[in-house]
Amino acid sequence: MKNHDLVEKNIGLMTVLVVIAISFGGLVEIVPQFFLKETTEPVAGLKPLPPLELEGRDIYIREGCHVCHTQMVRPLRAEVERYGHYSVAGESVYEHPFLWGSKRTGPDLARVGGRYSDDWHKVHLFDPRIVVPESNMPAFPWLYDNKLDGKHTENKMRAMRKVGVPYTDEDIEGAGDKVKGVTEMDALVAYLQQLGTLLQEKR
Amino acid sequence: MSTFWSLWIIGLTLINMALVLWVLLANRKVAVRDDETPENRTTGHVYDGIEEYDNPLPRWWFKMFIATFIFAAVYLIIYPGMGSFKGLYPGGWTQELELERHQQQADARYAEQFGEYNAMPIEQLAQDQQAMKMGLRLFANNCAVCHGADGGGNYGFPNLTDSDWIWGGSPEQIKQSIVQGRKAVMPPWAAILGDEGIAETTEYVLSLSDRDHKAEMAERGAEHYKRNCVACHGADGTGNPMLGAPNLTDDIWLYSGEPSGIRTTLREGRNGVMPAQKDLLKESRIHLLAAYVYSLSQPYEAQE
Repeated sequence: MKNHDLVEKNIGLMTVLVVIAISFGGLVEIVPQFFLKETTEPVAGLKPLPPLELEGRDIYIREGCHVCHTQMVRPLRAEVERYGHYSVAGESVYEHPFLWGSKRTGPDLARVGGRYSDDWHKVHLFDPRIVVPESNMPAFPWLYDNKLDGKHTENKMRAMRKVGVPYTDEDIEGAGDKVKGVTEMDALVAYLQQLGTLLQEKR
Repeated sequence: MSTFWSLWIIGLTLINMALVLWVLLANRKVAVRDDETPENRTTGHVYDGIEEYDNPLPRWWFKMFIATFIFAAVYLIIYPGMGSFKGLYPGGWTQELELERHQQQADARYAEQFGEYNAMPIEQLAQDQQAMKMGLRLFANNCAVCHGADGGGNYGFPNLTDSDWIWGGSPEQIKQSIVQGRKAVMPPWAAILGDEGIAETTEYVLSLSDRDHKAEMAERGAEHYKRNCVACHGADGTGNPMLGAPNLTDDIWLYSGEPSGIRTTLREGRNGVMPAQKDLLKESRIHLLAAYVYSLSQPYEAQE
């Protein structure tokens, strides 16, 4: 029982041992992913989001879409058949923060781009019950009225560049003016319509 | 995976397992009869006169721990987990391979289910009850969010159950609509016609379907119509399925048929989009869906 006493009566030693004990999982399962080609290289054709889509993404986050909608098609047959090609890590390398989500109250949106028309998205976001009577998704009518001011767009892109998204100076310059006056609805729909369009798989 | 990271994972995993085993075994107190060695009975802690028994782990618990340990070892031998080591699973195991296997099984099943339908022409398929049951499910999963669960359409999304077709209602045209999608191209007329012109044209459009209209304005509207609208909607207003120009004489409206709604349509134009399904759905499903949509507009025949 001497060893037990040593650990139990010495809080510093115990802390160190606890940290060692719980760090194994992270060191084995997470750390190598930072350096693997499969998880760090963008898929072919992946580009940083243009200003409008980037603003749309922030509206997606603001309205909490990711709370009910995942953006992660798992490699399971039923999911691939419903949503399309399973998600790969290379699609998310420019995502900060990623919006994979963990709970599906609504359907997965990882490959929603191009699946419905812009008109449908607008009607559906204005009030989902108009097109899907049994839907329990909240309505977002204010997206029609709110307009982007583009005040922070360039700074957002600079911040993204700091964490590794390859925006060029040309991309950033005048980005705010490009989105100024556009409704939040148009920005969000633009974001949704590009989701997951790089990889296709027939369902 | 580079050799370094492979060794990193293998090394850490083995060290971790060894440490866990060591903690378990090093602290194991073999059950000894406490009567014989009373000093072993407690941990030796005394706090305010309270002592703590030092009992061995329950045997079932200890055995279960060992069992999980053996499971882990076997798992790491069969499945990929130890760095670059692929595991001994017959044929190899990856998430992708597993998915492919399941897809192949499903495809074999689908080939059986869809096989005979693929070869059947759409008119014939639309009479097949079993096929139409499958079509209903496919429609509910892929089409109903816009066209409604009953195919009855919605504001801006065409009704598929009536005989009025914007892009044509023949089996080939329906299939084409699903495969390639459709994009309507009614331009906005506000700049060209002006408010007055829009109002007059609206009256003329109302007159085409024999609805209440102001005859005088409609006469002037007819001039606008001749100049601007004939190319797509035709001289008699019956539309053109090649261009997706709706028939204006049948009083069936994709958007609003109210005077105010028609004015909005004229002012702002309409650009309804049916997304192409060719990259989304497999050919056999599109074929079945085309037959189902075709069947929706056919007169109901009582099944025997």
